[in-house]
Amino acid sequence: MRLLTRKISARLSARRRSRLAAPAVLILGLLATGGVWAAVAPAGADATGPNDDQIQAGRALFAVSCASCHGLNGEGITTKKGNNYGPSLVGVGGASVDFQVGTGRMPMAQAGAQAVRKTPVFDDDQIAELAAYVGSLGAGPAIPEASDYDYSNGNVARGGQFFRTNCTACHNFAGSGGALPKGKFAPSLIGVSAKHMYEAMVIGPQQMPVFSNGVLTPDAKKDVIAYLKLQEDAPSPGGFALGSVGPVAEGMFAWLVGIGSLVGFGIWITAGSARVKKTKKGADA
Amino acid sequence: MADSVATTNGTEPAVTAKANPAAAVATWADERLGIATATKKQLRKVFPDHWSFMLGEIALWSFVILLLTGVFLSLWFNPSMGEVIYDGSYEQLKGIHMSEAYRSTLEISFDVRAGLLMRQMHHWAAMLFIAAMLVHMMRVFLTGAFRKPRELNWIIGGVLLLLGILEGFAGYSLPDDLLSGTGLRIADGLVKATPVLGSYMSFFMFGGEFPGDQIIPRLYTAHILLIPGLILALIAAHMLLLVYHKHTQWPGPGRTENNVVGYPMMPVYAAKAGGFFFITFGVTALMGGLMTINPVWRFGPYNPAEVTAGSQPDWYMGIAEGLLRIMPGWETHIFGVTLSWNIFLPGQIAPIALLMVVLAYPFIEQWITGDKREHHLLQRPRNVPTRTAFLAAMITLYGLLWAAGGNDILATTFHLDLNTITYFMRGAIFVIPPLVFILAKRWCISLQRHDKEMLLHGYESGIIMRDAEGGYTERHLPLSPERAYTLTAHERPEVYAGLSGADANGLSAPKARLDQLRARLSKAWYSGDVQKPTVAELEEAHHHAELEHAHDAPLEGHAADGHQFDGRHEVAGEELTQKH
Amino acid sequence: MSDDHNHGTELVPAEPIENPGLPEHLPRPTDVDPVAEKRAERQVATLFGLSGVSAVLFCVSYFAIGKRDVFIGIEALQLALGTTLGLALLFIGVGAIQWSRKLMSDHEIVEYRHPAASSEEDRAEALAALDQGIEDSGIGRRPLVRNSLLGAMGLLGLPAIVALRDLGPLPGDSLEHTVWRTGMRVVQDVDGRPIRPEDMQVGQLVNAEPAAFFPSEEGEEPEVPEHEILAEKAKAAVILVRMQPDDIKDQERAQNWGVDGILCYSKICTHVGCPISLWEQQTHHLLCPCHQSTFDLADNGKVIFGPAARHLPQLAITVDSEGYLVAQDDFNEPVGPSYWERG
Repeated sequence: MRLLTRKISARLSARRRSRLAAPAVLILGLLATGGVWAAVAPAGADATGPNDDQIQAGRALFAVSCASCHGLNGEGITTKKGNNYGPSLVGVGGASVDFQVGTGRMPMAQAGAQAVRKTPVFDDDQIAELAAYVGSLGAGPAIPEASDYDYSNGNVARGGQFFRTNCTACHNFAGSGGALPKGKFAPSLIGVSAKHMYEAMVIGPQQMPVFSNGVLTPDAKKDVIAYLKLQEDAPSPGGFALGSVGPVAEGMFAWLVGIGSLVGFGIWITAGSARVKKTKKGADA
Repeated sequence: MADSVATTNGTEPAVTAKANPAAAVATWADERLGIATATKKQLRKVFPDHWSFMLGEIALWSFVILLLTGVFLSLWFNPSMGEVIYDGSYEQLKGIHMSEAYRSTLEISFDVRAGLLMRQMHHWAAMLFIAAMLVHMMRVFLTGAFRKPRELNWIIGGVLLLLGILEGFAGYSLPDDLLSGTGLRIADGLVKATPVLGSYMSFFMFGGEFPGDQIIPRLYTAHILLIPGLILALIAAHMLLLVYHKHTQWPGPGRTENNVVGYPMMPVYAAKAGGFFFITFGVTALMGGLMTINPVWRFGPYNPAEVTAGSQPDWYMGIAEGLLRIMPGWETHIFGVTLSWNIFLPGQIAPIALLMVVLAYPFIEQWITGDKREHHLLQRPRNVPTRTAFLAAMITLYGLLWAAGGNDILATTFHLDLNTITYFMRGAIFVIPPLVFILAKRWCISLQRHDKEMLLHGYESGIIMRDAEGGYTERHLPLSPERAYTLTAHERPEVYAGLSGADANGLSAPKARLDQLRARLSKAWYSGDVQKPTVAELEEAHHHAELEHAHDAPLEGHAADGHQFDGRHEVAGEELTQKH
Repeated sequence: MSDDHNHGTELVPAEPIENPGLPEHLPRPTDVDPVAEKRAERQVATLFGLSGVSAVLFCVSYFAIGKRDVFIGIEALQLALGTTLGLALLFIGVGAIQWSRKLMSDHEIVEYRHPAASSEEDRAEALAALDQGIEDSGIGRRPLVRNSLLGAMGLLGLPAIVALRDLGPLPGDSLEHTVWRTGMRVVQDVDGRPIRPEDMQVGQLVNAEPAAFFPSEEGEEPEVPEHEILAEKAKAAVILVRMQPDDIKDQERAQNWGVDGILCYSKICTHVGCPISLWEQQTHHLLCPCHQSTFDLADNGKVIFGPAARHLPQLAITVDSEGYLVAQDDFNEPVGPSYWERG
């Protein structure tokens, strides 16, 4: 290691005398400052935050696509019986919009126990505009930056522990989803983007509880995402996974494939074989 | 012809083979073991051919596969609850605390080549073992093969099914993963609900508070020694009784209560049964290689604070799980003690009651029908409508409870409401089985009626005749003698009418009531049955058919009566005739 | 068959159709056609040969395929071993069956049955022998010997039962207590982080444990010894939930048991003990994934659906001097499944 640094510094000292050294150092310095700024700034969320144009565009989109349920100013609509027709969006934050609209759950195609994942209706820019508008209605969790959910350094084993403690009860051991009361369900986590997973934990959409950063730290969230993403990509060790829903499916396959094929073989073993009418003279013995 | 010597229906009798090297070995063995006397009959023992007779064999061969793969697994499995930190090749669990049992299961799955294959084969074979026992039992039940003299073998079979289920549960619990630990947690809850002794039983079972560090070594001993030993002994008894009673057979031409017709053990059944063993083994290996079962690595080590959606037992515990799920939350607190009906009834009383009914069934039916004779010919399910309908109702109940045990999976798969399924099942288990009973019974009776129609008026040939007035009728043709005999080869039932007169007067009041109950049950048992035709009925029907035929004949204009074209007769070279 | 006409007794109405006897044996193509026979022979031999090839391929795969190789998203070694072993076995089976169906003699043979019972003479002889044995032993004449033997045999059952006493300790009152005690911090499971009320948002769920399961400082041992943690966890695991204080219904049993809408409940289902954490943040319902018992956490943990009979025990919590959530005391009732003496 030391040898290597010595080599590099030797080379650098040789180049230092080059004519291009001064401008190169200047450019490097500028790039570094910009880089540090870019890395630090998003924490404040102001520098790259939504501008007025975005908010205006978002308001227009909102009025067309969302206001019929959520009210013209996102204040929510209450039915005569006092139930939520569309809940108030004041204070839900941009992350909520990005999750609900980005996974296609909103706008809802039809009223039901729960909004389901579909192909998103809006493109990324429109989602950003909507998020900017709803974010402007009241403070709430903002859309996370890519670095927040960059799980490449996540601790997979620890993520698995957090996953099994906090998530499997609803989403199942393989993230295939599970049932909730009254027709609701915990959706499958397979194919969900890291960003949406992160947002879901922060905002607690629909019936899902919140896992705030104060308790389940951002690092722990990354571990969970890393675990899920690795499971998604890893080859299946034992053959076809049969839906990863546990023993119910296994039992069904044992009967259909196992008993089914063996009974089929049994029928073949005991079935009568082809016969001929006329006996060949003297050949039968 | 000596009674015990096999005969043949071929043109020539079976010929003894010439002396060969095998004979020398046989002689050597016989001089020391005297096996010739024991095997002379058994080697050519007759087994009748029917697909439904192969179901028990699936169970037998699955058990052999379980023994073979189980021995392989035991070379690596370490049944200890001692805690270790995982350092094997499965990245996702590295550095996590777990028991030796779980660690060694992961080792078998990821570090022993073909280990996962064997583990999955073992698990699939276990599922097949119990499934095959169940379908075999259904076959025996539906065809009346449990009747005298085979009642004891039925009981042995019932106990085997129970042992198989216990053995399966013990094996399910051994890997000490999250799913098996959840299963044990539920077992602990069931045990604790036992009146008076519950908590003591739980502490003795787990060696202290759940989960303790004893249960897996204890289950291991039960799983690889105690229960398989019992199963092996009972299978031996089951097979010995099978050989002694000789196999049942379907009635048919030449097949009677006094004989058994089929292929000899050597060589045909040796090849068929041996071949079926390899087929069962092969299917299990393909399933083990291609279909994931119990991915323990996904569940993680057991932790009493974790659980996963879709926590279900293996299928054979499905009805217990279903009962547990749909039971309303009834609990009684009285005199300072707790009675958990919500657990005790479905978890302990119901399975025991079910087993008792199964084991006692042959005797119950015998008491109702009063039939104490030996039976070796099987009954067609339609000819015993009440029994068939009873099984149909039981299968329905089983299926409903099974579905109730998977209500969460049904809810997510078919987008249903979990709570509605549960409410529905609470009513359905009382309503649907009786409906199925009635439906199945009527169905059997109409099939019986159809059989009688065919015997009296012949089968429907599909040939339409036009008469002089221009009306159309379908021509019915008589059955072949073989088919007609097969259809009539069952007994005419006799309803037990109860004791009467002097016999009845001699009975005490409770006994008389019991006798009346028996008479009523017997009447209900046979109610609606369609009797096979008597000789007189048959003659009258034939006479009628001939008259009709004679009446039709001149109008047909040619000699063909249609049966040449019905696909059941060869036309070429056959003389056209009006005689059948 | 000449013996087929002796069934049926005189009292029963005559059978409508006579037993026609065994049908004539018809030969198979392989019995009469040497070409078909040769073809069948080749077929069987080919099946056996394919089995051998598969067996060899199994061995080749075992050594040639790496543990990390992947084929269509599945680990290749597993796939190859399963397929080759399965085919090696299947081909033998199918070959043997084909052999028996096509080439072995297919003449059905007849065996005669005998009643399961022994003959009258044998039975009489056996009974006589048994009587003789009983008579010779004098067991009938010496009730003292007989009864004392029966008594002794019966008492032998006692040692068999007593010897199992050490299977486990007696429960005592251990089911009534957990490790929770006054002032013990409620910490997040897995990482042992203590929790401040302000860390939790409305709608938040925390799967929590007593701090005693985690080392208080890096490198130290937790208060509860390692080997006891699982058993204690099976009773002491809890969940923290935060809801709008207005949503919480009247708490008769549990006045001041929560902190700003944060309530702490046992995680162990009162049905058969599964850990429950399927919390719906909008309805405040908690569902058990094992048997679907549903509890209303906004209403004292009351059972609203499913087979559970008792409400979910609640742990009283408060805030310690450093602002972290702590238990006020142990649970005031046994947690987990019911048992007889629970009362």
